[in-house]
Amino acid sequence: MKGLVLAAAGVTALAAASLFVGVSDVTVGALLGGMSDEATQVMLVSRIPRTLALLLAGSGMAVSGLILQMLARNRFVEPSTAGTAESAVFGMLMVTLLAPGTPMLGRMLVAGACALAGTALFLGILRRMPLRSPLVVPLVGIMLGAVITASTEFVAYRFDMMQSVRAWETGDFSGVLRGRYELLWIGAALTAVAYAAADRFTVAGLGEDFTTNLGLNHRRVVSLGLVIVSLVTAAVIATCGMIPFLGLVVPNLVSLTRGDNMRRSLPWVALSGAGLVLACDIAGRLVIRPYEIPIGTTMGIVGSAIFLYLLLRKNAHAG
Amino acid sequence: MIEVRNARKSYGETVVVDDVSITVPAGGVISLIGANGAGKSTLLSIISRLLPAPAGTVMVEGMDVTTTPGDVLARRLSILRQDNQMTARLTVRDLIAFGRYPHSKGRPTVEDRGHVERVIRYLELEAVAHRFLDELSGGQRQRAFIAMVLCQDTRYILLDEPLNNLDVKHAVAMMKLFRRTADAFGKTIILVLHDINFASCYSDRIVAMRDGRIAFEGPPEEIITPAVIREVYGVEAAIQEIDGKRVALYFR
Ligand SMILES: Nc1ncnc2c1ncn2[C@@H]1O[C@H](COP(=O)(O)OP(=O)(O)OP(=O)(O)O)[C@@H](O)[C@H]1O
Ligand SMILES: [Mg+2]
Repeated sequence: MKGLVLAAAGVTALAAASLFVGVSDVTVGALLGGMSDEATQVMLVSRIPRTLALLLAGSGMAVSGLILQMLARNRFVEPSTAGTAESAVFGMLMVTLLAPGTPMLGRMLVAGACALAGTALFLGILRRMPLRSPLVVPLVGIMLGAVITASTEFVAYRFDMMQSVRAWETGDFSGVLRGRYELLWIGAALTAVAYAAADRFTVAGLGEDFTTNLGLNHRRVVSLGLVIVSLVTAAVIATCGMIPFLGLVVPNLVSLTRGDNMRRSLPWVALSGAGLVLACDIAGRLVIRPYEIPIGTTMGIVGSAIFLYLLLRKNAHAG
Repeated sequence: MIEVRNARKSYGETVVVDDVSITVPAGGVISLIGANGAGKSTLLSIISRLLPAPAGTVMVEGMDVTTTPGDVLARRLSILRQDNQMTARLTVRDLIAFGRYPHSKGRPTVEDRGHVERVIRYLELEAVAHRFLDELSGGQRQRAFIAMVLCQDTRYILLDEPLNNLDVKHAVAMMKLFRRTADAFGKTIILVLHDINFASCYSDRIVAMRDGRIAFEGPPEEIITPAVIREVYGVEAAIQEIDGKRVALYFR
């Protein structure tokens, strides 16, 4: 509990820092002194929404990764190695092409439905695989994702939509403004649902037989998890684009020290996810200022480094 | 009482549980023996609704296992399978506490916690209770799984090869615990065992399977005989009586 409070304090500090890092200078003094309306405007329209978006997307994606890892009973899956993210991008493209007037919420729901179908397909393939070596599982997901991406890009290329597809595929928070990130609150609500159902997901992580023995309907638990993961992923992709590695490394790091009892580990995963995304985004804003490196890139570097560390750890518990 | 009527299961052409009917009265320790591939695990999975059987019915105290709600059945019958791979990193205490899930639905009461601590004590897991499952030896892990199932505190307890990985001391302690649990609390414990001498010394009844059928059934004195062992395993055994218990010697 004390550790959690400390972690929360750390994330709050990062969030505060995020409010004051950017192209235009906003200082506490300027805000309090009421000297410039401009500073207040920047704060309200850009900085606060961006920081909230980082918090919500970071915790949501990390928790999604955790849920997927419990459902697939594999340490190496996350929304971008299970066909989820790719399917969501496909959905975004389709709804943009076929019904361009659809409001944000509708587009997110279509993307979520596609993500659900793609992830269910992934789990279906896993069920039919007789020998599930731990490393083959994410490979199957990556291949499935590649097939979906190929169809997405085929269509996008024909209709000159490649740029939008790239935007959904690469996370970037620089465009987050008031009125354009609120979908992420849906993700936050779903994360709360995941916490309420944490015991059920932990039981599912023990395997189908244990789940049945303990009187839970395995299929129903999996369905609930899939809906949460798909909608959170769709909300993140619709607002700021895919954040790679997050759902992979954060649950693994937390699992090392806190274990996988989700009632206990989920708050840690949510906080660490938010913290990591905040740190990466702030770094991206500072490194080549006044320009920005998108979070897709910074997270890719940091995430792959952490992932390599996890893989090379001496007594890595694969699978 | 568990009643199995005409249960059948086949994989492709091979029938692995062949029209099995058996009645297990409430109370006592029942051992299921038989050669590898005889169908013991499959039968146990069918009884515990882990494996749907295409034909036949299983009734537990009059409840059909395929139609009774899962959570109702989970308070009546528990099962531990033969091999349990675990990817989730749980501590021993957390795993055992999940045995209370059918009762507590995730909100453990004082009584639930008491159950957990008692089972930890019975299975001598105090020293490792805070450790993660993947940091245990095979036998310690097996005891943790059994502890979880015992913590579920159901009237019917089905355990597939519970002595796997256990050393001699813990195997004996485990069988004694099953015996005590059955005697003191009137539980019905169905065990799949490979050590026929444990089956002989600790069970009320022995059921012997061969090729998907029940070949023999009866109290130990009827089953632990050279003729039955020859029929079931194709092994010659000498039977001796030690302290009134029949022991088979089959090492030659
Ligand atoms: N999923 C499956 N697909 C095909 N055949 C199977 C499957 N599961 C079990 N079998 C076959 O069913 C038969 C019975 O298996 P079962 O696991 O019930 O045996 P068992 O009596 O428990 O053996 P053991 O003592 O080795 O545990 C075996 O011949 C086995 O090969
Ligand atoms: Mg078996």
